[in-house]
Amino acid sequence: TGSYPFVPPIPGKDRDACFVYRRIEDLEAMTQAGKRSKVGAVVGGGLLGLEAAKALQDMGLQTHVVEFAPRLMAVQVDDGGGRVLRRKIESLGVTVHTQKNTVEIVDGQSCRHKMKFADGSELETDMIVFSAGIRPRDELARACGLGVGPRGGIVIDNFCRTLDDDIYAIGECALWDGKIFGLVAPGYEMARVCAAHVAATLTPHASRFTPHEFLGADMSTKLKLMGVDVASFGDAHGATPGARAYVYSDERRQIYKKLVTSEDGKTLLGGVLVGDAEEYGTLLQMMLNKMELPPEPEFLILPSGEGKARPALGVDALPGAALICSCNFVTKDALCSAVAEGATTLGALKKCTAASTSCGGCAPLVTQILKAELKRRGVAVNNHICEHFPYSRQELYHLVRVGRIETFDELIAKHGKGLGCDICKPAAASIFASCWNEFVLKKDKAALQDTNDYFLANIQKDGTYSIVPRIAGGEITPDKLIVLGQVAKKYGLYTKITGGQRIDMFGAQVHQLPLIWKELVDAGFESGHAYGKAVRTVKSCVGSTWCRYGVQDSVSMALTIEHRYKGLRAPHKLKFAASGCTRECAEAQSKDVGVIATEKGWNLYVCGNGGMKPRHAELLAADLDDATLLRYIDRFLMFYIRTADRLQRTSVWRDNLEGGLDYLKDVIVHDKLGIGAELEAEMAQVIDTYACEWKKAIEDPETLKRFRTFVNSDAGDNNVVFVEERGQIRPATDEEKSSRFKGVAVVAEPA
Amino acid sequence: MDGSTMIKAAQGSWTDVCAVEDIWPNTGVCALVNGMQIAVFRLVGADGERLFALDNRDPFSGANVLSRGLVGNLGERLVVASPIYKQHFDLATGECVEDAAVSIRSYPVRIADGRVWVAV
Repeated sequence: TGSYPFVPPIPGKDRDACFVYRRIEDLEAMTQAGKRSKVGAVVGGGLLGLEAAKALQDMGLQTHVVEFAPRLMAVQVDDGGGRVLRRKIESLGVTVHTQKNTVEIVDGQSCRHKMKFADGSELETDMIVFSAGIRPRDELARACGLGVGPRGGIVIDNFCRTLDDDIYAIGECALWDGKIFGLVAPGYEMARVCAAHVAATLTPHASRFTPHEFLGADMSTKLKLMGVDVASFGDAHGATPGARAYVYSDERRQIYKKLVTSEDGKTLLGGVLVGDAEEYGTLLQMMLNKMELPPEPEFLILPSGEGKARPALGVDALPGAALICSCNFVTKDALCSAVAEGATTLGALKKCTAASTSCGGCAPLVTQILKAELKRRGVAVNNHICEHFPYSRQELYHLVRVGRIETFDELIAKHGKGLGCDICKPAAASIFASCWNEFVLKKDKAALQDTNDYFLANIQKDGTYSIVPRIAGGEITPDKLIVLGQVAKKYGLYTKITGGQRIDMFGAQVHQLPLIWKELVDAGFESGHAYGKAVRTVKSCVGSTWCRYGVQDSVSMALTIEHRYKGLRAPHKLKFAASGCTRECAEAQSKDVGVIATEKGWNLYVCGNGGMKPRHAELLAADLDDATLLRYIDRFLMFYIRTADRLQRTSVWRDNLEGGLDYLKDVIVHDKLGIGAELEAEMAQVIDTYACEWKKAIEDPETLKRFRTFVNSDAGDNNVVFVEERGQIRPATDEEKSSRFKGVAVVAEPA
Repeated sequence: MDGSTMIKAAQGSWTDVCAVEDIWPNTGVCALVNGMQIAVFRLVGADGERLFALDNRDPFSGANVLSRGLVGNLGERLVVASPIYKQHFDLATGECVEDAAVSIRSYPVRIADGRVWVAV
């Protein structure tokens, strides 16, 4: 029969716009009233009351919570926790009134109602929600003469039997040991007890139904109330004789944590967490399984970070019978066997065990158990690059370098199988280039390259290519600018300034590329490697040469860096920037490598990214002189090339780097692995063997032969059609292409 | 050359498109045959030379680019990956690996006297 919401017997409680917070109809009526209201009050500062307050606030009402007790959530939380909780709730714009006993509700002056309190104060409000707890619905039991408690509730024994052995009561109507349980987990447990007992009574000889007793329930809860984490478990108030308490309170961050332990400090009896309930799952398990506490239990709730690390509860330490999901009664054993039967994701585990499907509080713990169990079973996440190589990119890199492997045929014969594919071929080509830096279009390398590297230009949606000459540091002479304009004009190319301070020229067909490069190379340009997973640009501000704020010559530094690393092939593209002062006009902190001038030298930032998932770069080292700066960049880049996954930008690489920034500093700055000199030597080899790929391509007749649209004709692709827009070409749409044949003028045919 | 493609060859007339060496090992070229763009691939492995011919047009992007894709194998199938959106096409049949509902035409191709011939 359940329960009903309790409304205190206050005169005026049945006035219009007074609600309980229970059924969907209540909420619908509240929503209606909310539209006509400015101010709302909730009577009762418990779990449900705070939830109701959130609902009122969400409707845009000025919200008050009126609580009879001296603190919010009086049952679950102690004074200290209540204080932090109150401050948090109030900072969200809800006014909290404690120790207020409402004596009467009458007409208000500015609002619909006026609530009068026992202490003589008043509160005007347009609507009132009562959330003052529940009362068991025991009328049926009373009528039948079953025993009920003095304040209601059907009396039951440890098997959930009422005074009549043939009648059971479970859930919120049942009174066990003088207590009503208003949570879902005890209700489920009562149902299990009751069902087992009924079954055992009906079939007394069938041993598989072993009745067990209801022995009270864990009333632990973890909730997010109005965005505030609140958790309470076990003996939260330290009511056990001899109990000790450990309290941590941080009033600035509004965090309160309390542990209650046994007198000898060895077992955990309960606790309260407000503001940060991350340790709830761990602590609850420690309590429920009576695990022995570490000698200094305070570290369980102190912030980690400085000094002593928090003793973690390895899930391995949990006994198999540990109840992980108390809502749905799922033990660690049940989770482990589900993993054994093939549930290898959190979703699958939830589906087959129901763990973490009610309140969700145990999800982190379930995830930990899943991971530990997978690890224990030796299920490794497969990081093989593709079906042809049973290795990660990092492993392949080592195989290539250590084995001095220089061709794909040798690599796949020694370490792989099959013919390769569009994943492993470019990855291998990139590794060969990082290690040995041979011409990427050498006959045996060419077949490994993605089309961009194969034609040293960037393919576009219509199959044409774009061309980006290097404009180091974004610095260019007027004469060279004019050359770019002339070449673009001659070949009818669309031009656009890039984000990396260069000029991109679009719309060239394969057979035009060598002609265009020839003109560019003759004018002193070289490849910008915009087509490669390689060092692209070093963006720079104008620096101290011109800028009145600049403290270092950022353009010179950008040129030094760009010419040092240009063309370096890496797991993914690399973008750099150099700023001449702290104003950071070159946006170096959004780059893979950023240098920012200081009065004393350069600050080196690494692993930043714009793009899909922006990430601020982090300071690796400060106030470096030029030589040290370059040495650190050498090491950083080569370390990244050594250890990153295929197509993993430095930002993602850094996020996955065990040990994080400190580890990176150890390797690059402190040379803790002792590989600094080796990394620098590897970089020197690449720098010393630099050659412009365009120049090599146009000078080699064999390579040039491949730059034809058709192997048997000098024609161009007649499907490449442009129309004019804003004074330049753009690819024609399909509709425009089909109407072309009806006589619509086409402005720019490929040269 | 492979016997099965011989049979199909009856459908079209053979055209000499280039020398075998004009196609670098394990790459493709595009040939213009009767106004049609045909991608011709040359696979060179331990088991000798194999040639394949497909439509050059990538049905996903509408661009004539398949001859510029990377070749390799996915399981048992020999494939070329479109350089635009990376779908794979079976070199033998033209069927798209990612979406069997999409396929392009394949053409008979053979080597004679060091020349590559395509039947369209």
